[in-house]
Amino acid sequence: MSDIAVTAPITSFVASRRRQLVIALIVFAAIALIPRAVSDVYTMNVLILTLLFAALSQSWNILGGYCGQVSLGHALYFGIGAYATSILFVKFGIVAWGGMLFGGILSALVALALGYPCFRLKGHYFSIATIVIAEIGLLLVHNWDYGGAALGIQWPFNPDSWWTLQFARNKVPYFYFVLGLFAVTWLVTYAIVESRWGYWWRAVKDDPDAAESLGVTVFNSKMGAAAISAFFTAIGGGFYAAFVSYIDPESVMHFRFSLLMALPAVLGGVGSLWGPAVGALILIPMAELTRSYLGGTGSGLDLVIYGLLVMVVSLTQPEGIMGIFKRSAKKADAKAEA
Amino acid sequence: MSSDPIVICEKVSRRFGGLVANDSIDMTVRRGEILGLIGPNGAGKSTLFNLIAGSFPPSSGKIMFDGQDITGLPAAKLCALGIARTYQVPRSFDSMSVIENVTVGAFVRYPRMLQAREKAMAVLDYVGLASKADAAGSELTPPQKRRLEVARALATEPKLLLLDEVLTGLTPAEARAGVELIRKIRETGVTIVMVEHVMEVVMPLVDRAVVLHLGKVLAEGAPTAVVRDEKVIAAYLGDRHRAA
Ligand SMILES: Nc1ncnc2c1ncn2[C@@H]1O[C@H](COP(=O)(O)OP(=O)(O)OP(=O)(O)O)[C@@H](O)[C@H]1O
Ligand SMILES: [Mg+2]
Repeated sequence: MSDIAVTAPITSFVASRRRQLVIALIVFAAIALIPRAVSDVYTMNVLILTLLFAALSQSWNILGGYCGQVSLGHALYFGIGAYATSILFVKFGIVAWGGMLFGGILSALVALALGYPCFRLKGHYFSIATIVIAEIGLLLVHNWDYGGAALGIQWPFNPDSWWTLQFARNKVPYFYFVLGLFAVTWLVTYAIVESRWGYWWRAVKDDPDAAESLGVTVFNSKMGAAAISAFFTAIGGGFYAAFVSYIDPESVMHFRFSLLMALPAVLGGVGSLWGPAVGALILIPMAELTRSYLGGTGSGLDLVIYGLLVMVVSLTQPEGIMGIFKRSAKKADAKAEA
Repeated sequence: MSSDPIVICEKVSRRFGGLVANDSIDMTVRRGEILGLIGPNGAGKSTLFNLIAGSFPPSSGKIMFDGQDITGLPAAKLCALGIARTYQVPRSFDSMSVIENVTVGAFVRYPRMLQAREKAMAVLDYVGLASKADAAGSELTPPQKRRLEVARALATEPKLLLLDEVLTGLTPAEARAGVELIRKIRETGVTIVMVEHVMEVVMPLVDRAVVLHLGKVLAEGAPTAVVRDEKVIAAYLGDRHRAA
């Protein structure tokens, strides 16, 4: 047994990890320059939503992509974040920063409570349960008088400030906030996927029984993934409430949101670091465009369109768009070696 | 080799509906030995592995490991205690690379990434898969997948290694290499129980053999004695040609 054979791959592993991190920092820095070039309000709006859903889908990807527990009910966590933040601000004067943190923790606890029964379900049954639970949540909020019931909650207008996270005219600060949120979710994913937990999740996704035989407590792994995923989803929800400054049940807990969190990851490549962002970059502007042409969400036609798109991608390209990159990089490597 | 037992099965039974896959099995595995677990198709060998490794609990009976009652403990706990197993049908993590597969196992003893990865690399080197470290689990040939299963199990640094038909379906040369590997593993002090159909391959390798038939222990003893046992020959007739 030679030491070189053992240590050389470790150093190259560390080097490739560092390279990934540097590339990410460059990408974040490049995105941060966009507002210098874009002043149009509509475009800025679309960019903010794109980054928000990149962050949300990145959070969804932790549970759905890496751990393989395909949730189609993340609108529930989004809603918990949005409602917690709105209620704390409007009724208690607690600024959005505190509201988002509270919403995130509450959401993680709810995910654990729901995971306890749901993680005993397998595959499609789990996904169906998440849809049903999120719809029940939506129904409850509709009838929740304290939370404004069907009328929702209107945020009071205040002068622009980072402290209250309210910006009425200039939306650029929101852009930087969601960029930060996206960067944090990316970095958290980056840190965890190459740790014990990340490997446990992937093993659980591929073969839970084999994982268990290698010392992985499958149930705990799923619970951990769910809690982290729900935490960041709720922070996104809290931000969204501050951003639109008015929420009602349909505008934050509609099934549409659950889809919009899952689809970018599926399109871009589940269980990959850049998949959700690439998917969001394609889907969200498209969703916004179809929405402004078709008018509102009422018809649901937009959902049909990107549902079809995702179906085509997952049939022809199961690893998503990032799968194409991965494969061509491998080919290039093979060529370089030959 | 001492006669100090590492596994004791006492009247272990497992039923699947009306089917009794393991029927009141009494079996002892001695520390440091290679024990062959043989028997025709459907004899209950894999079921017994599943019970010892904790994939599911026995319907009745008691299993001791290393002086501790482990009946009904979950598989992950048993892995931490020192039981590792391979599957009859290899179950690699196909979205993970070979070294990542093995690292999953190494995390039981080495919670930190770099140490776990180093351990995994050392084990891959040991089983002769180092050159495939970066390949996807799904890219391996069936014999390589078997080696990966063994590597993954070894990365958990087990005291007891349960090998379910790791030599089946290999070419004679591959099987010989496999036998060498198993000997090498035993020399490091790991106790091995191996299920195998093909008696010719296992008999020279094992210290003792236990024969299962229809869920019961049919015979037990030195390999040379077991293959001459009348009951064993009777049980194997008809199945032997299929298996060989
Ligand atoms: N999970 C299960 N559910 C139902 N029946 C099972 C299960 N596992 C095993 N059996 C049945 O139990 C009996 C013993 O199976 P087992 O796999 O233990 O046999 P085996 O000795 O390993 O056979 P083989 O040599 O074919 O691998 C078989 O009849 C099998 O169909
Ligand atoms: Mg079997």
